[in-house]
Amino acid sequence: MSSEIYKPGSYPNLPPPPGTVGVYGWIKNNLFSSISNSTLTIISVVLIYYLIDGIIGWFFFDAVFDANSKIECRKINDGACWAVITRRVGQFVYGFYPEVERWRIDISFLTMFIAFAPLLYPDLPKRKWLLWFSGIYPFFAFILINGGYFGLTKIEYSLFGGFMLTVIIGVTGIVCSLPIGIFLALGRQSKLTVVRTLSVCFIEFMRGVPLITLLFVASSMLNYFMPPGTNFSILVRVIIMFTFFSAAYIAEVIRGGIQAIPKGQYEAADALGMNYWQTTRFITLPQALKISIPGIMNTFIGLYKDTTLVVVIGLLDPLGIGRAALADTKWNGLSTETYLFVALFFFVSCFAMSRYSLWLENKLNTDHK
Amino acid sequence: MVKNKNESSKPVIEIKEMHKWFGNFHVLKNISLGVNQGDRIVICGPSGSGKSTLIRCINRLEVHQKGDIIVNGTELTGDLKNLEAIRSDVGMVFQSFNLFPHLTVLENCTLAPIWVKGLPKKEANELAMELLTRVKIPEQALKFPGQLSGGQQQRVAIARSLCMQPKIMLFDEPTSALDPEMIKEVLDTMIELAETGMTMLVVTHEMGFAKKVADSVIFMDEGEIIEQNDPKNFFNNPKNERTKLFLSQILNH
Repeated sequence: MSSEIYKPGSYPNLPPPPGTVGVYGWIKNNLFSSISNSTLTIISVVLIYYLIDGIIGWFFFDAVFDANSKIECRKINDGACWAVITRRVGQFVYGFYPEVERWRIDISFLTMFIAFAPLLYPDLPKRKWLLWFSGIYPFFAFILINGGYFGLTKIEYSLFGGFMLTVIIGVTGIVCSLPIGIFLALGRQSKLTVVRTLSVCFIEFMRGVPLITLLFVASSMLNYFMPPGTNFSILVRVIIMFTFFSAAYIAEVIRGGIQAIPKGQYEAADALGMNYWQTTRFITLPQALKISIPGIMNTFIGLYKDTTLVVVIGLLDPLGIGRAALADTKWNGLSTETYLFVALFFFVSCFAMSRYSLWLENKLNTDHK
Repeated sequence: MVKNKNESSKPVIEIKEMHKWFGNFHVLKNISLGVNQGDRIVICGPSGSGKSTLIRCINRLEVHQKGDIIVNGTELTGDLKNLEAIRSDVGMVFQSFNLFPHLTVLENCTLAPIWVKGLPKKEANELAMELLTRVKIPEQALKFPGQLSGGQQQRVAIARSLCMQPKIMLFDEPTSALDPEMIKEVLDTMIELAETGMTMLVVTHEMGFAKKVADSVIFMDEGEIIEQNDPKNFFNNPKNERTKLFLSQILNH
């Protein structure tokens, strides 16, 4: 192709040469750029095919979804025996919550998404009205799940279990630990010595102690520290411990965010006559929280998965339910299926959180829009 | 340029025998300076001479240890209420702009008027648009600072300060972080501001600006005010040896 002659300043914008952009360009550049790369691509594709073929067979095609026991499963087919899950799915989800009352959990769970939507998506239409619902949701859910009011039967905490328990501890811990963490981070940066010292002590103590220790404290000792007459149920005590533990971590993550804000931002705010709380609300926190999103989400995901630790103090989280199922002679030895199922539940929740945090980071990125 | 010096002009800033230390380092030594309403003062000097520190003391971004600074009749002390009142009367423009990157240009301009001065949002928006028009970037109002060029950002920073309707404007090397082709647009904005009669203290190396706009030029070195004069005498007939040396270094290249 002969290159045309243009007058200076009139050279047009030409399309890139063919085969360098688009799907074809990507495949060519990334998978078949050289002989060795092409060989590697082909070998990998074959390997992945065999691997997936076996796994999918075990998971789905050769799997048994309904049977009365492990022995029955094995008679039908030699894949996974999901019957241990399908027969006990109610327990995995609700623990020992009475079957006739399970609708209360279902409603609480579904309305939770409505309550969270306006908090998670700031551009939602009618957000103001939905925020009112978010505000009353904790009371609504508490009454519904716990019962004891409006003719709802009171349900003992000891019957709570399964994924429902994970979600209750995880979500409450996450929601409560963020504001506490923010205040601890601000406290640690405070000029007031008393506030700063208290924040530092709290953070360092919580971070310096294993969560499992705190849970034992919650199960056995916390009532000694409370004023006489108060008697929190074990579940509330556990939630408090989870909240404090993750608040300490979040405080440190947010402190990192606060310290990453250039000094000039505070000087500009000062020069405009803004006071401490105005600066904190409009300048410091929006920027610090944005920087801290990956770290905060990391802590949240950690907290969510750590809820499985409650099994050591006798609460029946999904792992506890799983162990109970495995202890049943009918299902003895199906630990792979059981633990994979629990893992899948955690993976779905945590992956959703992770994607949301990526989306949020992207949305708040104002550098190159 | 016509200089309509007001006879009844009263001092808006009075600095009396002010000293400041950074740790043991004596950064400002015995500074005395009076600034009248409508004065346009340019402060120049080699780097490290304390000129930025001096104007940062005027709105107490830096705290002085000895002497008095009186702004608008109020003495600068640790009293927070006084301080916030003074700061909302004194606008400041920084070398590195210091715009709030998470807010749009318009929000940058309206934040302090709404929350510090209690202006209704609608009025604040109108005021901000008026001032953005004055610095000639109303069309950028809904963009974020990161999407603007350096010169545009600095003009937004000027508009943001003006939205507080300050009586005094401090400029801390407003053009030093800019590419050469953007310096002019910022200086033009400052010249227009000077023509409105704003009291201005400008730390800058732009001697052309000083010649054109300043009522008075101050030369500082090693924490002291070495020489203060009107621009004509300052540039044509400097008295102090250090001033001469500085001018020869900054002008002859």
